Amino acid sequence: MPARWKNDLNWSDVTPKAVYLSRRQWMAGAGALAAGAFAGPGMAGITTVPSRYSTDEAPNALEEITGYNNFYEFGTGKEDPADNAHRLTTDPWSVTIDGLVDKPGSYDLADILAGLTLEERIYRLRCVEAWSMVVPWVGFELATLLDRVGVQPSARYVYFETLVRPEEMPGQRYPILDWPYREGLRLDEAMHPLTLLATGLYGEEMPNQNGAPIRLVVPWKYGFKSIKSIVRISLVEDQPEATWNMQNPREYGFYSNVNPEVDHPRWSQASERKIGGGLFARRVPTQMFNGYGDEVAGLYAGMDLAKFY
Amino acid sequence: MNDILYRIGAVARHIPPLAIYIVGVLPAFWFLYLGLTGGLGVEPIKALEHELGLFGLQLFIVVLAVSPLRRHTGISLFRIRRALGLLVFYYITLHLLVWLFLDVQIWSQIWGDILKRPYITIGMAGFVLLIPLAVTSNNWSVRKLGARRWRTLHRLTYAAAILGGVHHVMVAKTWQIEPMIYLGLILVLLALRLRWNRVGVAA
Repeated sequence: MPARWKNDLNWSDVTPKAVYLSRRQWMAGAGALAAGAFAGPGMAGITTVPSRYSTDEAPNALEEITGYNNFYEFGTGKEDPADNAHRLTTDPWSVTIDGLVDKPGSYDLADILAGLTLEERIYRLRCVEAWSMVVPWVGFELATLLDRVGVQPSARYVYFETLVRPEEMPGQRYPILDWPYREGLRLDEAMHPLTLLATGLYGEEMPNQNGAPIRLVVPWKYGFKSIKSIVRISLVEDQPEATWNMQNPREYGFYSNVNPEVDHPRWSQASERKIGGGLFARRVPTQMFNGYGDEVAGLYAGMDLAKFY
Repeated sequence: MNDILYRIGAVARHIPPLAIYIVGVLPAFWFLYLGLTGGLGVEPIKALEHELGLFGLQLFIVVLAVSPLRRHTGISLFRIRRALGLLVFYYITLHLLVWLFLDVQIWSQIWGDILKRPYITIGMAGFVLLIPLAVTSNNWSVRKLGARRWRTLHRLTYAAAILGGVHHVMVAKTWQIEPMIYLGLILVLLALRLRWNRVGVAA
């Protein structure tokens, strides 16, 4: 009887998890490192304080959070950002704050962060595509920054813009979206204590594919509202442009609050699947305002949320 | 050049359909294995659904290319066209099953999705058109229907291919290049047929 082929390879012959994880982290952190940010707090872990706004749900694994992203600046595939974002230079980084503010200007990121206490905020993230994650963000409230630059009384909305740098963001070489990526919030939404400017996750500096070095996190809205790699914040009087809303206003409203009762025209928003459950993961019901209704429902009192979706 | 084509043609003509069936069903098991072992990423359900649908669409394009290929190069894959066609049905059926049982899961939602969501309506219509084609892809049916009626029935292939290509374009959130290329290929392969038919009539 002929000898049967026997597999003498084991899982231990595959690149060890620690090695590939550290390789990915190295790639994610390469931008920060390459620029010589030795003094950056990220390398040794960022000191944070816990927050009462954190959920007690278990966060997704780092590999899931950094390996499954929508960040069209780096390509439309879910794994494109992890593959391509290492090219992004995140230091130096400055954010232009302008419009209806008392102290407009171009602020270096280090100056923005100086003197701030960073918090760990473990938030649910609900993508408009009906999947979700739980992410342990590191950041501070947007209101802190807005208070510091002085919002003038006539301001009613906040407008944000992502970096445009096609040399480092290969997705921007194609007109997939109308670059720059832009987003907006009503001023009361922007000032809400849940609204975060995040600079890291899992106690480390923000991986590039997740929107380094600074991004918005609005946990009660679909993920695309949480604009990444921000270079401009403007206080404005009229409702600003928002990229996905411009792309397809019927599918993506300006508010885009998580709402299980208002379907996306192409799929139901009534349920979602948490990333990480494998091939047989069950769907779970989506919660109104992604479960943050107690905190934010008051912002929309009297509004028809089917109309202002 | 003609010599090379002739030799390729000589080999192609002799590919046994059974080999196509055996080799053709295997990628589905490979995709399933990848999905179970993390090879399809952290969201394997959507990935598996997508891989099966895309592979079905790619095979569909190969099926549509069989006639033009013979016309322009003399290479004939007619002996294995039925096998390729049935494999299209196999992959699109698996794609549908993954959508039903792993993706949507909620039966009350499925019917609503089929009626309310145009890209699902279109995809489903394409699948429904494939059913009579798959059922009659055997010698007995050709005899029973008669060659002329059988050929007329199998023109549904063209409509199903267009529906599949459009479904693929509509799934993406933005206008993306790759799905447009697939749809473009389908339309070109169908347009080539229109031209021959006209030339055929004129001659």
